[in-house]
Amino acid sequence: MRYDLQIIASWIAPGSRVLDLGCGSGDLLSHLIREKGISGTGIEIDEARVAEAIARGLSVVHGDINEEIADYPDAAFDSVILSQTLQQVYDPGRLIREMLRVGRRGIVSFPNFAHFGVRAQLFFKGRAPVSRELPYQWHDTPNIRVIAIKDFRRFCKASGFSILRETAIHTPHHQETGRITTILPNLLATYGIFLLGRASARP
Amino acid sequence: MSGYVDQTAPGGCVGRVEKRLFTFAAPPHPLIVESGLSIGPVTLAYETYGELTPEKDNAVLVLHALTGDSHAAGYYDKTDPKPGWWDIMIGPGKAIDTAKYFVICSNVLGGCMGSTGPGSINPATNAPYGLEFPVVTVGDMVTAQKALVDHLGIGRLLAVVGGSMGGMQVLEWSVRYPDMVRGAVSLASTTKHSALAIAFNEVARQAIMADPNWRNGDYYRHPEKPDTGLAVARMIGHITYLSDEAMRAKFDRRLQDRCDISFNFEADFQVESYLRHQGRKFVDRFDANSFLYVTKAADYFNLEKAHGDGSAVAAFSKARCAYLVVSFTSDWLYPTYQSKAMVQAMKKNGLDVSFVEITADWGHDAFLLPNPRLAAILSRFLGRLFDEARPEAGN
Repeated sequence: MRYDLQIIASWIAPGSRVLDLGCGSGDLLSHLIREKGISGTGIEIDEARVAEAIARGLSVVHGDINEEIADYPDAAFDSVILSQTLQQVYDPGRLIREMLRVGRRGIVSFPNFAHFGVRAQLFFKGRAPVSRELPYQWHDTPNIRVIAIKDFRRFCKASGFSILRETAIHTPHHQETGRITTILPNLLATYGIFLLGRASARP
Repeated sequence: MSGYVDQTAPGGCVGRVEKRLFTFAAPPHPLIVESGLSIGPVTLAYETYGELTPEKDNAVLVLHALTGDSHAAGYYDKTDPKPGWWDIMIGPGKAIDTAKYFVICSNVLGGCMGSTGPGSINPATNAPYGLEFPVVTVGDMVTAQKALVDHLGIGRLLAVVGGSMGGMQVLEWSVRYPDMVRGAVSLASTTKHSALAIAFNEVARQAIMADPNWRNGDYYRHPEKPDTGLAVARMIGHITYLSDEAMRAKFDRRLQDRCDISFNFEADFQVESYLRHQGRKFVDRFDANSFLYVTKAADYFNLEKAHGDGSAVAAFSKARCAYLVVSFTSDWLYPTYQSKAMVQAMKKNGLDVSFVEITADWGHDAFLLPNPRLAAILSRFLGRLFDEARPEAGN
């Protein structure tokens, strides 16, 4: 399994209830069911991936995460996961609020747009960055948001989401190995992974 | 790779099967139907495939659509030209694997393929019921199936599976007998007919009732049956089971056995010829009154009203099973929004639900056609239920 998903999996309590938004064909859910005995469900927009996930015994609903999440009752899940999809979400604040309504905790991961490789392309080449993590051209990308780890922290503070845990990682895209980046994560990490909760009290 | 293309669905055939009869509700304990009227005795024609385990934990109840019957798989005789209506799905190694599951399929109450319906003999008069037969509902069909399942000694079904009106019975089972259903599979179905669906059924019924041979439903002792009306009703049905894309691909404007239009009212177009053929074929196997009764049952079906005071969320709050809901992109009779509405109500109740809208060009009929994606999903959904039913045996 991908390194970023391994980190996310390590944050999930055994036997908990998990909702995976944009679950694809269900790699993470299958892993969590097998290794942690969770009860999980997923939402996925691609028909072939939904079919693949159901055909491996998972419970998955075919649809748009922004619409489908609205149907779940409050606190229906312990953890709600949004893995590498935030950069494609039109209204991230609304979606994360929904995640924290239907779940006690939210886990959000995204490719870090402030990684030095991305910066270098813009600075030296003077062109929109294309990287392993963000492999699209400006005209065909599904990614409508550019997110830096620093920006996401500010966004959480402004939106009233409390960051319970934060890990930055450097990993070759879609590979099973990687490492945690503790020094200058906003510059050196390819992905940020955040564990979020509802803000307990206003400062 | 060789050039050989395997046209058949993977898996084997259940082989030779037999239609059985189960009779219950004999007077003085008749079946009270939803309208308050009573009927008895009631016979259900049914078939079973595969073996029931000693624990009786592998039973799958298959529920047929409007004009289906108990003959879901296999052959009655080796000279039969075609196997049962869902032979592509039911058999050893198929999605509903008869090497693993005990499959039951019965003809609905009100039907005409062996179960008690308007064409059956009314013991009070020794003549066919005709319109004396009470109007039955999907709920009444399920009540009768429950009696059969009890008779077979099965306390809990592994799954109930059905498409179209079969899907309605699936939903009814799941909320009415929550303790008896582990999993429920609704294919191309709905919790209630749209006005559009009722409209087509009404036109079909009018076609039958306008046939002078219908004689207010009392035609059984006459040699002429309301065949014309029933054939037209079937033609209307066939239009709703297809789709614009399907008809374009299958017929377009191609002419039937001629090079040019005839300037008369023969079947010039292939689509006309096809519909006439379907209508003609249908009258040989179906009773016109049964058609009236089962279409009415489908129109009356309203899960929200019957079980939730008009609320789908309240109706599904009674359910406890895992659901698999499937719709098809080109199905305009039971469009995807109807499946999505039931999925929404299931989610709001925290139920375990899977849903997929499968891309298919063949309209409502898609659930009856070979579809590897549907087969894979259904197979694993049942497999998971089976593993969960016997955790000690699995893994």
